[in-house]
Amino acid sequence: MARNKKLNILAFFIIFALILVSCSTSKQNSSNTTNQPSATQETSGSEKTNESNVAWEDQNVTAPGQLPIVKEPITLTIGIASNPSVSPWIGLANFQKFFKSYLFKRTIVNTIRISLYSLIAGFPFPIIFALALNSMVHARLKKAVQLITYMPHFISTVVLVGIIMQVFHNTIGLYGTIVKALTGQKPPDLFAKANSFLHLYVWSGVWKSFGWGSILYLAVLTNVNPELLEAAEIDGANRFQRVIHIDFPVLVPTIIIQFILRMGDLMSVGFEKVFLMQNDLNLRVSEIISTYVYKQSIGGGSAADYGYATAIGLFNSVINFVLIILVNKAAKKFGETSLW
Amino acid sequence: MANVQSTYKCTRKSSKIKHSKDDLTYYTIVYITIAILTFSVIYPIIYIVSCSISLPSAVAAGKVVLFPVGFSLEGYKRVFAYERVYIGFRNSFIYTVVGTFLNVAMTMICAYPLARKKLPHRNFFTFLFSFTMLFNGGMIPTYLVMRDLRLLNTPWIMMLPTFGVYNMIITRTYIQTNIPDELLESVQMDGCNDIQYFWSFILPLSKPVMAVCALQYAVGHWNSYFNAFIYLTNKNLFPLQVFLREILVLSQISPEDFVDEETSIQLQGMADLLKYALIVVATAPILCVYPFVQKYFVKGIMIGSLKG
Repeated sequence: MARNKKLNILAFFIIFALILVSCSTSKQNSSNTTNQPSATQETSGSEKTNESNVAWEDQNVTAPGQLPIVKEPITLTIGIASNPSVSPWIGLANFQKFFKSYLFKRTIVNTIRISLYSLIAGFPFPIIFALALNSMVHARLKKAVQLITYMPHFISTVVLVGIIMQVFHNTIGLYGTIVKALTGQKPPDLFAKANSFLHLYVWSGVWKSFGWGSILYLAVLTNVNPELLEAAEIDGANRFQRVIHIDFPVLVPTIIIQFILRMGDLMSVGFEKVFLMQNDLNLRVSEIISTYVYKQSIGGGSAADYGYATAIGLFNSVINFVLIILVNKAAKKFGETSLW
Repeated sequence: MANVQSTYKCTRKSSKIKHSKDDLTYYTIVYITIAILTFSVIYPIIYIVSCSISLPSAVAAGKVVLFPVGFSLEGYKRVFAYERVYIGFRNSFIYTVVGTFLNVAMTMICAYPLARKKLPHRNFFTFLFSFTMLFNGGMIPTYLVMRDLRLLNTPWIMMLPTFGVYNMIITRTYIQTNIPDELLESVQMDGCNDIQYFWSFILPLSKPVMAVCALQYAVGHWNSYFNAFIYLTNKNLFPLQVFLREILVLSQISPEDFVDEETSIQLQGMADLLKYALIVVATAPILCVYPFVQKYFVKGIMIGSLKG
């Protein structure tokens, strides 16, 4: 019962959010006749807009940054959220525009491709690593290994991308040096090839996170009942059999929960790393939803269409939300574990 | 008696040595796997450090494979003479210290009431918070909110919206499970009010979880790039990571930084040396601190993995 109530509230929120954002997705239009709010509201709204316009222009004057931030006051293109009298209701036109765009399929396929590849490549590593660490005999060596493998987790995304670019540079980098030493030829530029983007992205992610990801599994492995291990040993199970039949089953609920969390993130690939690794040559595989949203809005300069970008972002959020609810239900059914 | 002991010793000793053939293969595989994984992590790091202290010409010629070739601190000299790096360091430091303090304070202030079982509509408020972890409007609505709050191009944008609901939830769970209700009842008997209770009981008792949150926030602040990239246009407010992007990723190194260089190969070598040194300098503060606080992170993951 309680769960139904919660779901009802969730449904209410989704509808509410949808209404709100479809309001703000409406385009700017010169005619003011479609919406006529009360006079007081209108005046306060326009005052506010003017103020923020001034503030925005001031910022541009005092701080002409190098970053591609919009150069015109964006308040005018936003719509109902800032100024109710400017934007007419356009319904779901922005969503339709996105669904018809050729980038619709491409961004979605790229997003799913990146996250599925990351999931498949990255998911087993922490588990195997934790099981291996757990069966190490030398405690000090184990500590040292942990210290080293947790390290990349603390490297920032920008530095990580910097490291990738230095190490895989085809002339001065490690990659270039080694290939040249082995084959005698200068290797091709990896950053100019679209497909290598995917591999670099995914495997650098695995490099960064497998050690850190193993902490959780290691913690769960401390719950293994030592009596079981002892009994198995007496019954003649070797170390490998004990790992497979005793250690691994203890991890299974945690693995399911982690898998759910990752599946819920299927459509949300982090903006930062993709954006940093993007260049014109790999755009075909590296343009994902979040970078597209950025380019349509804040990074779009004078061509920015905030309503359109918001619609895409909302579409993405809704899908993420539905996904996490679905996988959670599935987990409840199959694994008897869930997030809430 | 002595006989028994000696046989006991004997069996213990033999059981320690005794590994079946299967076990030996298993352990060999385990140790090889771990060696490979550890090596793959440490190798690029050693390589970067080696490059940063090698001779510029050796770096440009690609002679460095693992250990430094020659020795020069030229890269580091350049890094510390770089004005942008200095500004970035200063800003990142301020954002990290002040931001972490503010965020931990916000987290505690928010988590404590939600941990009190008698808070009216507690579930509703908890739901409001946790819902934002599952669903949000996206980049643009957030940007508009920040703009209308007049936070754009102020240092506050780097410190206020970084409040993490996830940290708040684990703090709440920690307070709920580790601090008994009886404590509140007994101190109320003694005339303690809610603020005193929060200040002199909850805060000291939740030190471990505060440490966990503080570390999460601090690393987040030091490494944060997205917020600055989206919300800041004033160069004097940029944190280190934004300058790092300009230098490392976009390779925007202004030529006037190398006026005394003669040939282009030297220039290229110098630029790369600077990049390597910069990577080391930007990451070293965190990597130096983290071995000492590692156990708190592990603790944080343990607390976070509890359901609640």
